[in-house]
Amino acid sequence: MNIVIKNGRVVDPANERDAIQDVYIANGKIQSVGDKPSGFVAELSIDASNKWVMPGFVDLNASLREPGYEHKATIESETKAAVSGGYTSVCCLPDTKPVLDTPSVVQLILDKAELAGYAKVLPFGALTVGLEGNTLSEIYALKKAGCVAISQAPKNNVNSQVLRRALQYASTHNMLVILKPEDRVIKDDGCIHDGSVSSKLGLAGIPISAETLAIAQIIELAEETGARVHLTGVSSARAVTMIARAQSTNPAISADVHAHQLHLTELDVGTFDANYHTSPPLRSAEDRDALVAGVAKGVFNVSSGHQPHEAEAKQAPFPSTEPGISSLETVLPLMLELVDEGILDVSQMVSRLAYGPSQTLGLDTGCLSKGAPADICIVDPDETWVVDEEHWFSHGINTPYLGHQMKGKVTHTLVNGHLVFEK
Amino acid sequence: MSSSKQPASTSFKAPDSSRLQLDEQGRLRHFLTTEGLSKDTLTEIMDVAESFSSVGHQAVKKVPVLRGKTIVNLFFENSTRTRTTFDLAAKRLSADVINLNIATSATSKGESILDTIRNLEAMHADMFVVRHSDSGAAHFIASNVEPHVSVINAGDGSHAHPTQAMLDMFTIRRVKKDFSDLKVAIIGDILHSRVARSQIHALNTLGVKEVRVIAPKTLLPSDTNSLGVHVYGDLRTGLDDVDVIIMLRLQRERMGSALLPSEHEYFECFGLTEEKLAYAKPDVTVMHPGPINRGVEMDAAVADGANSVILQQVTNGIAIRMAVMTLTLGQNKATG
Repeated sequence: MNIVIKNGRVVDPANERDAIQDVYIANGKIQSVGDKPSGFVAELSIDASNKWVMPGFVDLNASLREPGYEHKATIESETKAAVSGGYTSVCCLPDTKPVLDTPSVVQLILDKAELAGYAKVLPFGALTVGLEGNTLSEIYALKKAGCVAISQAPKNNVNSQVLRRALQYASTHNMLVILKPEDRVIKDDGCIHDGSVSSKLGLAGIPISAETLAIAQIIELAEETGARVHLTGVSSARAVTMIARAQSTNPAISADVHAHQLHLTELDVGTFDANYHTSPPLRSAEDRDALVAGVAKGVFNVSSGHQPHEAEAKQAPFPSTEPGISSLETVLPLMLELVDEGILDVSQMVSRLAYGPSQTLGLDTGCLSKGAPADICIVDPDETWVVDEEHWFSHGINTPYLGHQMKGKVTHTLVNGHLVFEK
Repeated sequence: MSSSKQPASTSFKAPDSSRLQLDEQGRLRHFLTTEGLSKDTLTEIMDVAESFSSVGHQAVKKVPVLRGKTIVNLFFENSTRTRTTFDLAAKRLSADVINLNIATSATSKGESILDTIRNLEAMHADMFVVRHSDSGAAHFIASNVEPHVSVINAGDGSHAHPTQAMLDMFTIRRVKKDFSDLKVAIIGDILHSRVARSQIHALNTLGVKEVRVIAPKTLLPSDTNSLGVHVYGDLRTGLDDVDVIIMLRLQRERMGSALLPSEHEYFECFGLTEEKLAYAKPDVTVMHPGPINRGVEMDAAVADGANSVILQQVTNGIAIRMAVMTLTLGQNKATG
């Protein structure tokens, strides 16, 4: 179908474009931005006046729960949530049941995603069999089946030797390795940042060294093996410094931070509020500010860290609740808040959410270049809305923003030139 | 970005403990933590306990204050001593008491805490006395009970043990009369101690001159100073000029786990002996929540010595629990 998106502010950092222009789409691909191709007849015209037209976002950290945890969420529910939040591609962490460690599970996930017809799903194959940390998965087979990266996340239970060999082997197949930097021995039974709130509430703390030790180990092994490594879900100021320094000598290291870590701190846990039980934990205001500065400088891209849960997962004493926020639908307004505060410009925001993650994964999305897939979101930056269950698409309503007013709403999302979401 | 940036979520919090604990008239509804309670409330608890303290000496050790009320001792973590004192306190108030040891029953069959609570509410329980190994468990239960049900925290993880703290305050008041000139030292495993956290809040609210904690760094929270205490790593320095010493119980499993090398070394550095006691004021009061590991936390001469009030603490524990049960169930009539 031929589609034209008219009169919108087109923000496309990959092509250094930020102007009011029309976008022409044919055969699922970007045909042209600005000039109307000769003979183009639009079958659908979308008026984007006063709106922003951007490449659809690409998520580097989300659990979709299917197969195996359908009581929490399904690929259909979460990819629908994704497109309503402006995402056109979401990764699928390998913590499914069965674990995403064989081509048949990859195929199942890709089939389910296609059937659902919302966002593209990018499977991250498991680094080790069963995510158990012992034996390497068949990484080449996973790559052939459609995995864009391999990952041990959300766990980090591999010892140094297994990790070193995994990085050697992955780099043989030029496969990106996505790791959550967390030393599980230091983390122990910690469930909150090791700081003033943990001290007061008597909750087992997760020291910052749990993150920085793991980062130091990963950086060294990446350097030695030449592997492409991505650190997902960074939480501390010291980590920002370490990663920025490593990137100055090793461009194969990339990283992301979850959008909510740019806003919330340990203080939000208040008195045992399990909606703020996250992994990595919410840290101090100084850490949060350093993460924001890291995003502004381009040290990090931004991921959702989407962890949908059933209600019961949060209905227990704090340490016994499951960590995580259902976040795909709130990333955009949280990022727009940083734009409103003048910390990021719109182009930088799009870069952190779309072009940057796409580049990390080596994809041809995240931009509005001629011939690229027409993965597009259209945003009304001024529309305000209230987070409520009725207008929420994820099956996980575990969000601390329930009842909160947000600014900035996706009005249309196109994937491969198909309109998959319209407000 | 300025550190004063307000997170978007600030106005949507679960109720904090101090609001959850008090009803609209500011009266005690639950007793979950000493944190956030006023000096008046803490003083009232001690005053009511004072009025109950004679009941144990009567020929008939009962008052009819909570007759017809059903109190459930809900212990998700084993404890004979604490449960016994709550049991006794409830019986002296003429309440009906049910002791449920959940550690060995429902939850091991997979029943959630909420299901357990709903079932007991359906049996018209008026009060839950809760002990659980998770910090925040009593707060969670109090957030989920029906309006007429009161919750008393009998110890949640490393968070709070407010009745223990209040019986200690009561004991201090009986010995020292006034809090305002006191220097109090708490010695031992602060990191894992719900008792210490509740004591620190209570002591500061009651207006003592200084609270000190004395412990090796492995047994201190990462941000101990934010609790409102002075930290000492050396026992003799920390005991200088102190009026009250509160020893904490050291769990044996902390030994050999890289938190501490040995009982011997712990006793040498942090164990209370008569020699070390001499650094404190001559009339120093020595307390311990029990049960004592003699020769680990303190030697027998100190535990049984003239400065020790350890057995008075046990007696006072019953009066304090009677007071808290009475106040939270709204039967605030001292029966003297």
